[in-house]
Amino acid sequence: MGDSQYSFSLTTFSPSGKLVQIEHALTAVGSGQTSLGIKASNGVVIATEKKLPSILVDEESVVTNVNQMSLLQVQKIQHLTPNIGVVYSGMGPDFRVLVRKSRKQAEQYNRLYKEPIPVTQLVRETATVMQEFTQSGGVRPFGVSLLVAGYDDKGPQLYQVDPSGSYFSWKASAMGKNVSNAKTFLEKRYTEDMELDDAIHTAILTLKEGFEGEISSKNIEIGKIGADKIFRVLTPAEIDDYLAEVE
Amino acid sequence: MSIFEYNGSAVVAMVGKNCFAIASDRRLGVQLQTIATDFKRISKIHDRLFIGLSGLATDVQTLYQRLVFRHKLYQLREERDMKPETFASLVSAILYEKRFGPYLCQPVIAGLGEDDKPFICTMDSIGAKELAKDFVVSGTASESLYGACEAMYKPDMEAEELFETISQALLSSVDRDCLSGWGGHVYVVTPNEIKERILKGRMD
Repeated sequence: MGDSQYSFSLTTFSPSGKLVQIEHALTAVGSGQTSLGIKASNGVVIATEKKLPSILVDEESVVTNVNQMSLLQVQKIQHLTPNIGVVYSGMGPDFRVLVRKSRKQAEQYNRLYKEPIPVTQLVRETATVMQEFTQSGGVRPFGVSLLVAGYDDKGPQLYQVDPSGSYFSWKASAMGKNVSNAKTFLEKRYTEDMELDDAIHTAILTLKEGFEGEISSKNIEIGKIGADKIFRVLTPAEIDDYLAEVE
Repeated sequence: MSIFEYNGSAVVAMVGKNCFAIASDRRLGVQLQTIATDFKRISKIHDRLFIGLSGLATDVQTLYQRLVFRHKLYQLREERDMKPETFASLVSAILYEKRFGPYLCQPVIAGLGEDDKPFICTMDSIGAKELAKDFVVSGTASESLYGACEAMYKPDMEAEELFETISQALLSSVDRDCLSGWGGHVYVVTPNEIKERILKGRMD
């Protein structure tokens, strides 16, 4: 892997037993834009801030067809399979790489077993990739934490995957800049029997808590999956409807 | 003589009402010589999934070991048993991996899927799946088996009647094939139990 001078692992243990590179990766995540996910009784919602750095950024959105998939220049919420979606906090380019790898693994599983990959299996394989980058020569850990939302035979599921490769199942979680406020807010607002629409409202309110400026359908992104097992990113029009309901 | 006929074999599976039966002969031969009369061709993958393999005996054993290996890992990773349809796709993929140097076997897969619905399928030695609603056959006696099953089969048989039908089909077919026979081994699987029986036929 490259020059022999760089064939040792860049992630080495410190005397205190920590992997400092991973700590730094988590800091990179912590300074990324806030994202969160909530598992409802009949689905999962994930959402993120999408603050563009300047008004000069061309965020032209084009609503293409009846499936209402909008082609935004910057889409932070992505599909991994028709029934699994993912959002991140941290470095966008690292996220793109992980999405590509995860999609390939999901499709390989499907090709072998002719069955859609269960959410836990895809999360585990993605986490394995992230772990490999903490123990290989000449590479650095990924600077993203992922929130994976899916609906399979085991029902709705929400997982967080960290740069270290550890993954956790959450009822509700947040990551990024505003993580502690958001998590406190979610702890108060979360109920076990919440339905998907309530969860979407709660997600919007949680994002609003730490939002600098005016929240609108142009500076947040929301993805949801219900019992129909189809993951969808909401169009700006749908987000506007939910925002209006929340007001 | 074709390599598929080196050891001799007969395997058949049939669908009943919320149950299935899978049966094989017991002869292991080396061309005209009979070496063993208790060769196991059908093996259990889990309580609701069986696979019968006909063809070259060494490949029958090796392929079975590989499939059990894959299924055990799957069980550990996914904390569940494989569905019959999934297992069939896996067997097909494994056979196709060896497309240009194949395992010389023809598998017959039989299992109970979701809602106790029976599932059977067969494939050729390079993984071309053939699903059927009634019965599947494989081995040197396959042509006789096709005829016997077609004549004797009826849909929605209960476990006992299914056992009688598959046993008669197997025994009459292997009697017309010099390379298979020496008794039969029949498994009848319902959602509650697995019944394994040995048949005594013409011992020649």
